[in-house]
Amino acid sequence: MSLRSPLGKVLGLGSAKEGSAHWYAQRVSAVALVLLGLWFFLSLASLDGATHANVVAWLASPLHAALALLLVVTAAHHAALGLQVVVEDYVADKGRRTVVLVAIKFALVVAAVVGALAVLRIGFGVAA
Amino acid sequence: MAQPERPLSPFLHYRWQYTNTLSILHRITGVLLSLGFFILVYWLAAAAGGPEQYGRAAAVIGSFPLQLVLFGAAFAFCYHLLNGIRHLSFDMGRGFELATARKSARFVAIGAVVLALVVWFVLRASLGGAA
Repeated sequence: MSLRSPLGKVLGLGSAKEGSAHWYAQRVSAVALVLLGLWFFLSLASLDGATHANVVAWLASPLHAALALLLVVTAAHHAALGLQVVVEDYVADKGRRTVVLVAIKFALVVAAVVGALAVLRIGFGVAA
Repeated sequence: MAQPERPLSPFLHYRWQYTNTLSILHRITGVLLSLGFFILVYWLAAAAGGPEQYGRAAAVIGSFPLQLVLFGAAFAFCYHLLNGIRHLSFDMGRGFELATARKSARFVAIGAVVLALVVWFVLRASLGGAA
């Protein structure tokens, strides 16, 4: 027996959408970011000055490049999930909410791709 | 027919207290960190663009207003990290007892400030004040 109202079923409203997947992805990415954040801090802390040569040498290591790539992608994903919840809670107007949500997604995806390409460029030794 | 008595949303009648302060700070620091993410990408892109571009970016990042923003980002990171771990434990059903929640709240509040200062001075030393 379903407890959903006929109207709710037709409109596709209610709790049986993708809420749990969103909630879960937020938590899993949070755990990943605890570890990636720790790595990022330790990496920066062990640099001998943030010179271009030092940063490039750091990200030239495949392991560090991979973790930097994961940091960029995971942070963007986590931010997108979190900002979505904030916008959904505070922007009541449906049209404006949709525009803001899409704009945030676009901005984060662009930033994530730029960041990923930057890390790959350094990792592949293209950055002089 | 009279309206039935329905429960009110918490924010309509709860008094302000430490739990919702920490909760709203978690959101605020999360939004700030999302903005800080763009600084991280700017820095990485500059590094990929070569020494000249990196030098210009390092000058921007080393300037006073950006250093202030980065200190804010360091605090936001530490707060969001500690309170995020607190929330993960809530998600596992642990730490809901009033005394425990109060204790962990205090730990997060004090710990975030201390951790932010440690992170800031460690990174200033290792990065040479450039970032």
